[in-house]
Amino acid sequence: MSLKPQSADWLLLWTLRCLGAIAGAIVIAIVIFLVLEALPVLQQVGIGRFVTDPSWHPAEGFYNLMPMLWGTLLAMGGSVLIATPLGILSAIFCQYYAPKWLANLYRRLIELLAGIPSVVYGFWGLVVLVPLINRLHPPGTSLLAGIAILTIMILPTIALTADASFTKIPSSYLLGAASLGLSRWGTICGIVLPAAKSGLFTGVILETGRAIGETMAVLMVCGNVVQTPHSLFDPIRTLTANIALEMAYALGNHRSALFVSGLVLMGAIALLVVIAEAISQEEIYG
Amino acid sequence: MAKKKGVQKSEVRSQKSEVNFLPCSPASPASPSPHLPISPSPPPLSLLPTITVWAIALLVTATFAWIVGDIIWHGAGTISWEFLTTAPKNSGREGGIAPILVATGLILGVCLAVSLPLGIGTAILLAEFTPTDSWFGRLVRRSLDVLAGVPSIVFGLFGNVFFARTLGLGFSILSGGLTLACMVLPILIRSAEEGLRAVPNDYRLAAASLGLSRTTTLWQLLLPAAVPGLLVGLVLGIGRAMAETAALIFTSGYVDRMPQSLFDSGRALSIHIFDLSMNVSGGDTNAYGSALVLVVLLLLINGTAAQIADRWLHKF
Amino acid sequence: MKNQQKYTALAVTLSLGMLLSACQQNSPKTQLTLTGSSTVAPLTSEIAKRFEAKHPGVRIDVQTGGSSRGLADARSRLANIGMVSRNLKGNETGEFQSFAIARDGISIILNTNNPVKILSNEQILNIYQGKIENWKQVGGKDAPITVVNKAEGRSTLELFLGYFKLENSQIKADVVIGDNQQGIKTVAGNPNAIGYVSIGTAEYDIERGVPIQLLPIGGVEASTKTVQNGTFPLSRPLLLVTAKPPSGLTKEFIDFAQSQEVYDIVKQQNFVPIATKNVAKTSVR
Repeated sequence: MSLKPQSADWLLLWTLRCLGAIAGAIVIAIVIFLVLEALPVLQQVGIGRFVTDPSWHPAEGFYNLMPMLWGTLLAMGGSVLIATPLGILSAIFCQYYAPKWLANLYRRLIELLAGIPSVVYGFWGLVVLVPLINRLHPPGTSLLAGIAILTIMILPTIALTADASFTKIPSSYLLGAASLGLSRWGTICGIVLPAAKSGLFTGVILETGRAIGETMAVLMVCGNVVQTPHSLFDPIRTLTANIALEMAYALGNHRSALFVSGLVLMGAIALLVVIAEAISQEEIYG
Repeated sequence: MAKKKGVQKSEVRSQKSEVNFLPCSPASPASPSPHLPISPSPPPLSLLPTITVWAIALLVTATFAWIVGDIIWHGAGTISWEFLTTAPKNSGREGGIAPILVATGLILGVCLAVSLPLGIGTAILLAEFTPTDSWFGRLVRRSLDVLAGVPSIVFGLFGNVFFARTLGLGFSILSGGLTLACMVLPILIRSAEEGLRAVPNDYRLAAASLGLSRTTTLWQLLLPAAVPGLLVGLVLGIGRAMAETAALIFTSGYVDRMPQSLFDSGRALSIHIFDLSMNVSGGDTNAYGSALVLVVLLLLINGTAAQIADRWLHKF
Repeated sequence: MKNQQKYTALAVTLSLGMLLSACQQNSPKTQLTLTGSSTVAPLTSEIAKRFEAKHPGVRIDVQTGGSSRGLADARSRLANIGMVSRNLKGNETGEFQSFAIARDGISIILNTNNPVKILSNEQILNIYQGKIENWKQVGGKDAPITVVNKAEGRSTLELFLGYFKLENSQIKADVVIGDNQQGIKTVAGNPNAIGYVSIGTAEYDIERGVPIQLLPIGGVEASTKTVQNGTFPLSRPLLLVTAKPPSGLTKEFIDFAQSQEVYDIVKQQNFVPIATKNVAKTSVR
């Protein structure tokens, strides 16, 4: 767009710039306010104690966040590991296996799944899933329950992204594959998946972000014990659940410490964005 | 017509997928795929993958049916005209959800009133007036990428400190709505930007050659043409805002009475569900009922928006 | 480029100004804000509704957040009245005026499928510290015990810790819960779980067929009756607190919340009304 704006457009342009600046400034404002609120405890206690303290008992002055960071990472890792293949295969089902009417129906269903509020998932998990796991291995509220609920919650994200990126594959690719005599599965493995690679990466990054940020459902099914889990059946507490669980009851340093967990979460998301960026750069120039 | 519908739908989906972190990355086909002719293995037993794929589809459907079935099974009995039009009694165990629906609507209203102009404005700026490589555009885009990924509970912390305390709005519908506005902003911007970019460049060139100002071009040509894209963003935004719990606990609060002004605290539907299931003994029945109402509302909004987008597309 | 930065700063300032001016509108004086304990909140909500019905034009907002939040907000005048679900301790008694509106007991709950019907304080202590890990050690089935504990900051937790003289860090929990109902759901869904919740809430759920049982503590049966007559050892008052002696609407509301007019609400919310004599005693303090 090299068209020079006319002078009459001056007002519009600057209005838009103001709006854009506000939109862009929100993230900065969030970080600033988190830091301001976290500062008291960081000054008094220091960053190191958040890693080295024996436990998380803010009322007694212990602030170790590591077990919750592990909880967040494990729940995230597990659910992404399961949801990614399920989601991609779901999309493959839509595009290449199901008859058209069924594919449309299935798509609608996934979209609906994406729209269900997390409280509802958590509620279902608490009443149905947790007692089920408990029968397998008590106490039921566990890392496993968290992974299961998160998997269901992030599945639509990866499925819809994958589906969209499959739609964009030029049909000439598929025709070429067909003329080479590739089987349906051969086409998918050899052509569709590589061609849709960057779209799939986007999906994985998106679902990872969602898995890290999920709060209410995880709070309801994970057991919320602050510990580094040793098995799938151990209860865990995630950073997000920690904030939701204690924020309303926290004062002073305890409250500050919760804002530190908020900062840690922001850091994790920023890291994800950087990774996403790196991958997309590689896609373009590599 | 059928064809048109199909095209629009795939567009809808592609926009949905590119809502958050990486939307600017070109879709794969644009970059040449070097792997094209290599088929790594001879066709394996073709039955096995087919079965797997169908089984997974079945599994997902079954899980979904289980969850929704559970809600409908327990919630359908609760829903009645009375449930929708009366106030909760006895901490929500009895009575309906009327004030909660109103509060949810108001929160949503505030959220959209703020985020729509802000979002569309920013989208126009990014799509029409900012070269992709300018520092300003890049900065705004990056920060929006991060914003899109911020966990909702962190929005809750921010809203609590900034809107409720620093600006002195307290626990109010205004605080909640503004917090949600920050949250849905990246979604709106992304979809609106996609919508604008989808408008063929010929429109702009033709308008410029007619000597129209860019303001006129924008109002008369570009915005109408971008409406479907905007609507998609709107639906996604509303969906996310309505389903939100974590960000609202610390901002819009807990009061379950009919709000009289935007400065009153109001309980959103999802918080009502959370409170009934976690804090009120014997609240499950109404929690299921409220959950059903919420899901149906989301469905209705999705459906209506799809309809409108369809119709709009026909006008052009 | 410099220009752009200037305008960016301008834009931010402008938007802030707009927001600030939007909130200049003062709230009417006929409004009371109560914050604090999530245990007391449902009760005061209901009382507030009845109060509003009798006093048109008055609006009472009830927010939850825990007892310490109630005290902090009452101190900073963010709230007119704080709600506290424990006895005031130390210098709090001097700083705040407190008014009891009800009592609540806390006891141990088990699943009905658990054959254990009684636990000594010693046994409870050992279970919560992880020294007893299987139900057969206390006369039950051969099954691992699932210990349900409350999250940091809850008064229920403080009361429980205080009675058993424990530190929270000594407790080896398997599940940490936020609110009462989550605890009841957890124990109802797990035959090997042990938890502690408000007696009134538990009684209400037992009546409705939720598979949980209340255990006696120190040999005293856990019921609203024993809480009422003061024999049950693990109980707490539900208090309204103010930073200065209440006057005007605040006083009117507190008086109303303590009057017999709301006893039915107190009972309906599964708490124990306080005999008028006790009320007088507490409010003098």
